[in-house]
Amino acid sequence: MTTYEASAPTGGGRIRKVRERHNDKLTIVLCVLSLLVIIPLYLGVTMALKTDHQAAAGNGLSLPNPFKFSNFQAAWDLVNYPRALSMSLIIAIIAVIGELVISSMAAYAIVRNWDRKAFRYSYFYLLGAMFIPFPVVALPQVKLTAILHLDNPAGVAILHILFGLSFNILLYSAFLRSVPYELEESARLDGCTTWQTFRRLIVPLLGPMNATVGIFAFIASWNDYMMPSLITASPHDQTLPVVQQIFSTSLTTNYNVAFASYLMAMLPTLIVYFFAQKWVLSGVTQGAIK
Amino acid sequence: MSASTATRSSAAKQPRTRSRASLTYTLMLFPAVALFTIFITLPGLVGMVLSFTNYAGFGAWKWIGFKNYDSLFHDSTIMGSYKFTLLFAVVTTVVVNVCALFLAVALNSKIRFKRTLRSIFFVPMVLSGIVVAYVFQYIFGFEIPSIFGGQSMLASSHWAWLGVVIVTAWQTIPSAMVIYLAGLVAIPGEVYEAAAMDGATSWRQFRSITFPLMAGYVVINTILSFKNYLNVYDVVVGLTGGGPGTSTTSVAMGLFNGFNSGDYAYSMANAVIFFIITVIIALLQLRLMKGREVSFS
Repeated sequence: MTTYEASAPTGGGRIRKVRERHNDKLTIVLCVLSLLVIIPLYLGVTMALKTDHQAAAGNGLSLPNPFKFSNFQAAWDLVNYPRALSMSLIIAIIAVIGELVISSMAAYAIVRNWDRKAFRYSYFYLLGAMFIPFPVVALPQVKLTAILHLDNPAGVAILHILFGLSFNILLYSAFLRSVPYELEESARLDGCTTWQTFRRLIVPLLGPMNATVGIFAFIASWNDYMMPSLITASPHDQTLPVVQQIFSTSLTTNYNVAFASYLMAMLPTLIVYFFAQKWVLSGVTQGAIK
Repeated sequence: MSASTATRSSAAKQPRTRSRASLTYTLMLFPAVALFTIFITLPGLVGMVLSFTNYAGFGAWKWIGFKNYDSLFHDSTIMGSYKFTLLFAVVTTVVVNVCALFLAVALNSKIRFKRTLRSIFFVPMVLSGIVVAYVFQYIFGFEIPSIFGGQSMLASSHWAWLGVVIVTAWQTIPSAMVIYLAGLVAIPGEVYEAAAMDGATSWRQFRSITFPLMAGYVVINTILSFKNYLNVYDVVVGLTGGGPGTSTTSVAMGLFNGFNSGDYAYSMANAVIFFIITVIIALLQLRLMKGREVSFS
């Protein structure tokens, strides 16, 4: 009853709002402003389809004529796209799985043992990473990963996991604190061990949180330039964003091929964005409010 | 606080289960703490110790006390990188937050194509910084001069920093915007209806209702963005390469350059200074946020 009464006025308000006029002036302003986002993207696409001559001579806003799809083939060969793509994918997959597993386990252990000093201190210790930017520890890390033979994509993935850790633990533990212990008690009474309780009860509960953390881990790992460019020793094992530097260092390549390559590098995150928009956006807000 | 007491009381009800289970809990926490210690704490401490030596990245070394720190403060390139980074971080934080707040308010009002417009404005958020910088390098370097004439902004040591601000803003406005949107959604529409009935203009509504209610979000966003911008690297590499000269060399970039030139210990001293500055700023901002939270509730 009370819920009905409380929601009734809001419902009425919504109906009135729909009938109200749209703010057309503001719509026009926003459409014009959206050009600031669209034009660079448009330029990227059209540039990638132009011939060498058009790219060098014409103005960037003109449509390509004729369309030259072979730029993509040229870029594909030049940066060894399949190789760089698989390196990016390997790093992103290890980073995503690692962040999900390691952070959720740690957050669960911390929240359920908050009364123990060791766990409480570990929490603040891990959160301290938020104050350590990568550049500060980068040089010794380069040494360390070389010593451990981790100056390769595996090492980059480990660092991605660690630099995401504090933020993820913050998210997971805030969520887990709101899960009542009574829920677990019944599982315990049925004879579940701690690990079984975590696997069968907590992990399914974490579903939406896992989606947010996972998508963020993917985008951050995919787009990172700093860590792979410094940590990975062999140029053959570089990720997609890093291999793009070939176009800025050599003067002989054409802009049309470079842009075709940039497009192919950005495509995977764009696809993730269009399919997982809801979680991407909710993730940003959750992170900020906690 | 209340969360911890709640856990404690429910834990007290289950003393037997808890003591038996604690090995599993320890094992669950272990990977995070162990990896963190090996890959972040340990290198951090080693780096800090080496900043007091003349270590070149290889071979023998000896203690030289505070010499590295002393020469740092007399190194105009390093001091220049701090000047650029701080100026850049302050300007970008202001630009991004003003634009993001405006766009969030606009995208939250009664407009047409709301969903489509939102989707478009969010796109830059998921793109890789270095690739975005490469695209803008072409736009600033060739496109704009060919349409409007004149010299490229990136070629001028006075204005190149502004290019870095613009590209960073282009890429990071969406994430600030998402946070503002989340805050705006929480403000009940009735408040605005009442204000409109009392004859408040939209600017007046923004000033007297929206902005005060959004102040907490402004603080959060300022902290998040400022911390982020202090580490600027990708966009600089892709857009200006630190130039012209060293006019847009950021602190992070200076640190990595030092590694290539063999000034290992010297760069570590620089990293320690950078770390201290980051911590001071983070603590200041946390204090500011705490005050804000209190005044809110």
